[in-house]
Amino acid sequence: MDLTLKVWRQDGPEQAGRFETYEAPGIDEHASFLEMLDIVNERLIADGREPIAFDSDCREGICGTCGVMVDGVPHGPVRGTAVCQVHMFHYSDGDEITIEPFRAAGFPVQKDLIVDRTAFDRIIQAGGYISVNTGAAPEANLIPVVKDVADRAFDAAACIGCGACVAACPNGAAQLFTAAKVSHLNLLPQGQPERYQRTEAMVETMERYFGSCTNYGECEAACPKEISIDFIALLNKDYRKSKSRGRWAS
Amino acid sequence: MSTVAQPLLDAKIPAGDLAEKWDNHRFNMRLVNPANKRRFDIIVVGTGLAGASAAASLGELGYNVTAFTFHDSPRRAHSIAAQGGVNAAKNYRNDGDSIFRMFHDTIKGGDYRSREANVYRLAQVSLEIIDQAVAQGVPFAREYGGLLDNRSFGGAQVSRTFYARGQTGQQLLLGAYQALMRQVDAGTVTLYPKTEMLELVVVDGHARGIVVRDLDTGAISSHSAHAVVLATGGYASAYFLSTMAKQSNATAIWRAHRKGALFANPCFTQIHPTCIPQSGDYQSKLTLMSESLRNDGRIWVPKDPDEARPPDQIPEEDRDYYLERMYPAFGNLAPRDISSRAAKRMVDAGHGVGPRKNGVYLDFSEAMQRLGRGRITERYGNLFQMYEKITAENPYAVPMRIYPAPHYAMGGLWVDYNLMTTIPGLYALGEANFSDHGANRLGASALMQGLADGYFVLPYTIGDYLAPFLGERPPPTDHEAFKTAEREVDDRVRGLLAVGGTRSVDTFHRELGRILWDYCGMARNAEGLAKARSEIQTLRDEYHNDVRVLGENETINQSLEKAGRVADFFEVAELMTVDALDREESCGGHFREEHQTEDGEALRDDERFAHVSAWGFTGVGKDPELVKEPLEFEFVTPTTRSYK
Repeated sequence: MDLTLKVWRQDGPEQAGRFETYEAPGIDEHASFLEMLDIVNERLIADGREPIAFDSDCREGICGTCGVMVDGVPHGPVRGTAVCQVHMFHYSDGDEITIEPFRAAGFPVQKDLIVDRTAFDRIIQAGGYISVNTGAAPEANLIPVVKDVADRAFDAAACIGCGACVAACPNGAAQLFTAAKVSHLNLLPQGQPERYQRTEAMVETMERYFGSCTNYGECEAACPKEISIDFIALLNKDYRKSKSRGRWAS
Repeated sequence: MSTVAQPLLDAKIPAGDLAEKWDNHRFNMRLVNPANKRRFDIIVVGTGLAGASAAASLGELGYNVTAFTFHDSPRRAHSIAAQGGVNAAKNYRNDGDSIFRMFHDTIKGGDYRSREANVYRLAQVSLEIIDQAVAQGVPFAREYGGLLDNRSFGGAQVSRTFYARGQTGQQLLLGAYQALMRQVDAGTVTLYPKTEMLELVVVDGHARGIVVRDLDTGAISSHSAHAVVLATGGYASAYFLSTMAKQSNATAIWRAHRKGALFANPCFTQIHPTCIPQSGDYQSKLTLMSESLRNDGRIWVPKDPDEARPPDQIPEEDRDYYLERMYPAFGNLAPRDISSRAAKRMVDAGHGVGPRKNGVYLDFSEAMQRLGRGRITERYGNLFQMYEKITAENPYAVPMRIYPAPHYAMGGLWVDYNLMTTIPGLYALGEANFSDHGANRLGASALMQGLADGYFVLPYTIGDYLAPFLGERPPPTDHEAFKTAEREVDDRVRGLLAVGGTRSVDTFHRELGRILWDYCGMARNAEGLAKARSEIQTLRDEYHNDVRVLGENETINQSLEKAGRVADFFEVAELMTVDALDREESCGGHFREEHQTEDGEALRDDERFAHVSAWGFTGVGKDPELVKEPLEFEFVTPTTRSYK
């Protein structure tokens, strides 16, 4: 199929960006979206023009490295799918596709389609873990976990940290990312001792980098792992509880 | 700093009975007092399972750790893509598992080309890995009673694999990553993301630092330490088309090799049997479908090479369930090397299926009748979904098509029992070393080894090396050795930008991969390997004269990043062919066509090749120097591996 791409090009974090248009003829329908970009890049290099910079690594939808806005939608047109697993059979001959970086104040553009997502690491660093030193763990089966609880914790733990939720949110909020990690740990028995301290620390770090959640729900629709916004409710509940516990204590 | 003379290739295996070696060794090793640990600086390169678990554990102990990753976050390391599971000899299923059985399965699975003492220790610490991961909140699959579930996996007849849906690697890596970020927060670990190691610095015979490039700004800088730990993964990306992540590369271990670290068994690469077959020439990678699918899926091809009917209309009598036919005891769960070769034989004989006739069927129809669609969805739902996304075919209705693809490297930097390379103070962990899998790795053992090395081996053994250096500071980064290394890196980077040729990095990498796949893939022979070596040398010369790397050093430049990695892959690839040519036997993933039994099975030669081949670098394009570490089997008797 023959496509026309409008791609955001930006030389560096301080430079102004612009859209450039590229013709992409003869794309095989079985190529993935990123392979289509590879083909375009090979042609750019042959023409002596710098290839489009975009992030990707595993190309199996699990590492969370890739992520661009495709026609205004994070990861493109296929629900529950990272852009590396979108294949071109979802497009038709003659389509025009607009490709931009994730747009959010918390994710500054570095170059072309690459953004800086290190703020996510700051949120995890603030408390997204269970404090257990190597060697200090009890025998694994001493901690039984109700299967439904384990499954729900897993649903939250499936987050790949790609940032699509932030890019989709009109407020640039990171509630779904934060809620997913908080819920994964807060639901499990192992996560109880640090439950409230974790919630507060992670929420407050999140707020330093990202906007506020006003329940648009766009994040859930954009999430390649289809993580439910129910986890945001759980996050809010634990945060409220944590704050009121603090007041009673003082 | 003082130097300690190290005899070459002393594996330092502790004396004593197999079961007591690790315990004795732990007692005999020197310790660093808790209050003194912060006076030692340790560099950890790579933040996958091995690197993140090592950096976190060393930080918890109180060492002053600096961790580097070329990813934007430690969580993105390729360990994350492992699907199937992690083995541990817990014997929760009461099905006859034990530490000794796991040790035995792993040694046998590796076709008797690994070290007994290392493998036994791996089986021992496997128990603690599960405990640690569960305590961290890794959401392993559970039974309704709330306890951990297990499943079986290729190469074993017990169910010892712990799993987290089809995302075990992701969940284990998140556990290690979170432990690492906790130490970053505590200030014991300083993290440098988007920073790539491009050189190792050796001072007075000891590894004392690295030179790195900042991938955002191109800045080249040095970091020094008392010890350097490489946990940078394997080199299977040399094949270009593989299941590896696009950025996985061999540069860190190759740079260490060029600085004197011996490289062991480079020809031992694993071709994984269950990947989605190639669909076109534009393809950038191959996608693995977890080996766990072989628990319920049955592999077959049509008996008639000219078969034109769709699979569901081919009656049973016209199908060849070739693994069940050839290996009745293990059937579809035969180890990876055996299953891969069998698939190749079927496709080469014209029985391949799919539009390019380049796959075999993996069929769930019988399992769905037996267990119901619901159970199949529960076990493999996300894998089926992934398959459908890529192929636009529904595996509930049509059998999957699979074919082998490069997946893992058993070879790597040579390490002793302490995981130290032949350069004192330089350690290699996880897939970056060669130590535990012999000539073939069993499924669900890579996660186990990465975490064993990082959580439970290195944190003990590194203290033994560091203890005598108490009170000594590492050399400053303005030391001549660092300045020289920085200049070399700078020259290399600018050299690649200056070639100004006509062909992109990827076109060269693809061509290199093709040579490796054709001559150093699932089947090898002397003539092909000699041809491959000369073709690689020619292509490498062309690369350095004709590669086109646009842009500049001072910004993000992905072509430049790739160009350096591919330059190193050329040298790795050549060493793979040299080793494959030298090893005149078939074992595990290394199948020399000249050495096979009448029915096409691998023919090992224990008389001549019961050794580790460790290669020393002598110069680009020159014959490397071979040093052999004999493998002695005290506790198992090497036999012809049979899965029949």
